[in-house]
Amino acid sequence: MNRKQFLKTLLGASLAAAWFTGSASAADTIKVGVLHSLSGTMAISETSLKDVALMTIDEINASGGVMGKQLEAVVVDPASNWPLFAEKARGLLSQDKVAVVFGCWTSVSRKSVLPVFKELNGLLFYPVQYEGEELEKNVFYTGAAPNQQAIPAVEYLMSKEGGGAKRWVLLGTDYVYPRTTNKILRAFLKSKGVDEKDIDEVYTPFGHSDYQTIVANIKKFAAGGKTAVVSTINGDSNVPFYKELGNAGLKATDVPVVAFSVGEEELRGVDTKPLVGHLAAWNYFQSIKNPVNTEFIKKWKAYAKAKGLPNADTVVTNDPMEATYIGIHMWKQAVEKAKTTDVDKVIAAVGGQTFKAPSGFTIKMDEKNHHLHKPVFIGEIKADGQFSVVWKTPGPVRAQPWSPFIAGNDKKKDVPEGM
Amino acid sequence: MRRILISLAWALAAVWTSAFAALDPGLVKPLGGDDADARVEAITKLGALGTPEAFAILNALNEEKLYATAEGRVLVVEDDKATDPLTGEKLDVPEDADSITVNNRLRRELESALAGLRLFADDVKVRLKAAKEVQQNAGAAQLPMLEKALAKETDPRIRDVLDMAVATINLKSDDAAKRKLAVERLADTTNASIRPVLAAMIEPKPDGTFVEPDEAVRAAVVDTLARIDRHLLVIEWAGNLFYGLSLASVLLLAALGLAITFGLMGIINMAHGELLMIGAYSTYVVQLAFRRWFPGELDWYVVAAVPTAFIITAAVGMLLERTVIRWLYGRPLETLLATWGISLALMQTVRTIFGAQNVEVANPSWMSGGVTVLGGLVLTYNRMVIIGFAVFVVIIVWALLNKTRLGLFVRAVTQNRRMADCVGVPTGRVDMLTFGLGSGIAGLGGVALSQLGNVGPDLGQSYIVDSFMVVVLGGVGQLAGTVIAAIGLGELNKFLEPYAGAVLAKIAILVVIVLFIQKRPQGLFALKGRSAD
Repeated sequence: MNRKQFLKTLLGASLAAAWFTGSASAADTIKVGVLHSLSGTMAISETSLKDVALMTIDEINASGGVMGKQLEAVVVDPASNWPLFAEKARGLLSQDKVAVVFGCWTSVSRKSVLPVFKELNGLLFYPVQYEGEELEKNVFYTGAAPNQQAIPAVEYLMSKEGGGAKRWVLLGTDYVYPRTTNKILRAFLKSKGVDEKDIDEVYTPFGHSDYQTIVANIKKFAAGGKTAVVSTINGDSNVPFYKELGNAGLKATDVPVVAFSVGEEELRGVDTKPLVGHLAAWNYFQSIKNPVNTEFIKKWKAYAKAKGLPNADTVVTNDPMEATYIGIHMWKQAVEKAKTTDVDKVIAAVGGQTFKAPSGFTIKMDEKNHHLHKPVFIGEIKADGQFSVVWKTPGPVRAQPWSPFIAGNDKKKDVPEGM
Repeated sequence: MRRILISLAWALAAVWTSAFAALDPGLVKPLGGDDADARVEAITKLGALGTPEAFAILNALNEEKLYATAEGRVLVVEDDKATDPLTGEKLDVPEDADSITVNNRLRRELESALAGLRLFADDVKVRLKAAKEVQQNAGAAQLPMLEKALAKETDPRIRDVLDMAVATINLKSDDAAKRKLAVERLADTTNASIRPVLAAMIEPKPDGTFVEPDEAVRAAVVDTLARIDRHLLVIEWAGNLFYGLSLASVLLLAALGLAITFGLMGIINMAHGELLMIGAYSTYVVQLAFRRWFPGELDWYVVAAVPTAFIITAAVGMLLERTVIRWLYGRPLETLLATWGISLALMQTVRTIFGAQNVEVANPSWMSGGVTVLGGLVLTYNRMVIIGFAVFVVIIVWALLNKTRLGLFVRAVTQNRRMADCVGVPTGRVDMLTFGLGSGIAGLGGVALSQLGNVGPDLGQSYIVDSFMVVVLGGVGQLAGTVIAAIGLGELNKFLEPYAGAVLAKIAILVVIVLFIQKRPQGLFALKGRSAD
């Protein structure tokens, strides 16, 4: 065979192959979108969610797909750029014609894609704890609302077991999630009889890394009585804060810090010895012991190794990863119930779905308010970067997206508009 | 001989078992139970026992080496071997045994019980530390123990601390004379948590009476409060000064490399932040290497990281200069865009190699913790080391620029490139070496930053603006200007922050800089001479 012929055959073969795969995918796959930042500041948190989504999709495909069709993941990278989130979401919905999108992390990214999902009637599963104050027909929230995370954590710190805190430092990064959460917490603390002078609200700019003054102030504030710090500091800004705290000699037994955005993944980048005893509140911890979770961790570790993810031997699972996993499975169940991927019919079918989650509970999507009923766990940081659960709710808690601690919310309905 | 040994072993075994038998099972059993109050009570009682066995079991609990089996048997587990603390029996760790979870409440009780027990230790240092811990949360229940310790104590420093702890408890005494004495004693206290207690004593009640009935005691309280307040003010100012200096050292280390590449060479290097990041990642890699090959010397990995980071970043810098930047000399806009592109590429490269997650860089033990001065201000070791390191780097750079042949060439090329070229200075090579030097210094900054905050692909992004701010404010081309600008910005920021909050302080600083540059566009120190045009 001379060179020309060879090239011809090669070309023909590859064309044929392309045609086959192309026609195959058109016929019996369902496209699903994965919209997580793989570059930029949020890559630290969102990359693992993308990987968990792909793992779950592989798992579903291996067990026969959805309604006999294989799922095909369309992964896009909005690069931690909020307007780009909207652009990429539009691309997923109108060009790739995906049946559903799993994605977003920050509240601002969710807010920026909302109009797109409403306009094109798409379906979004949002896997991260957030500040509430939102309820949309096109979105299902698989992370925690404030009453499923922030409020139980504060109640625990007030209890005798949690140290009986009397004074509160509400410390956060200056943006919408901490501001709203702290507004809710302030109202909640007041309702519990905490005095105005016993609450100190402090904000830092994004990416703040010099916590010397703040730690010194916390120390001063704590001299006035048993103090707890509620930290809504953004993800990895917590690290310099914790380092400063540890070096300044403020231990968890003196001033416990409960954080809402610090999980196993964030602690991977930290020397955890000085942090032992500080707390986090989530709906899932890797250290929870039950067969479903053992299986989930095993699958994730095997997946990380098989795909050669960076640092594959030290991967951990965390709450938003569990929420992503639950979300994808619930969508699959809903599609099978509705027998179609039509968005309106699937939305109607998601409510009331149940799933045996790695948290050890069979959790349910609320029939009305698009949020999961989730158990709440409070964990203390251990020296190995894992959490030991020191408190948990007896069962799953129903979400209150409209917090009763914000004025005017009592008039809002617990179902999305247009339902 | 053999018989003696055997009998010795028997005697030891007898002592061993009898020692274990000394613990009451009723005290140990609740530790493995679920009732939190019973556990706390058991800990307090064990602490009050004061025997070595009680100490051992509390210590095991504190270190999470105490396990409980499903049927509630409590075991001490060490190196995969279990010991029954009641009988001394050694056994394999049972399948159903799980370590007893210690939460903050238990840990607090444990620490205070252990500190109480340590008051009677032989080592003076251990006693002093224990005394300070006891003083922090002294309660009436500890009074008998404290007095017992005080009676036995000979070291004056420890006596002082214990005395203070007793005085704190005596504030609640029924005897007015005792209270007065306690208040006077507390005038020297360094424990800020006493202040609210004292302030409450002289707070008038609605009916005109006071919590403290005795007038002489109230007068003493007023005096003591004044002294404590003075002391706190001193601490606050000293604290701000130190925090400012520390922030200044961080800014300086971040900006010093830029002071050379931008300041001396005039290259707008947007990839400067990424050179810091590469320095920080070099530290991480050196740490990994030490963990792998020299685990015994792990504490000194930072020292080894300093030259490593310098060499790696200098090499990266020289490579950039040779391949990209040298073609763009004299075209600032294109340099800006090209280096910005390089910065994105470097970030994504690191993300691909090390992952998007932050990596762990631990403070070595000699950089962890801090020293308490003036009785209340904690100067953390890592920040002190970094201040020292910044001074060291400035001296090195200064010496390099002013005392070496390379420095002479660099200054010559900066001041008049053509003339330098004419008299035979290899300007191309000098450019490469200067850029390498600036990059290497940035790498050193990265080593310092890795000890304070996150090490992740985005590390450089948070410092690039600050770095340019410092260099521009200091005056382009002036090392002294950069140093003064860093100190000024650091101190200004830290003295503003307590009043304005972190967010407003940052905004205020930016406004101040903008106004200053309006007034004095050339920065604090202007370069005089030919090249100033």
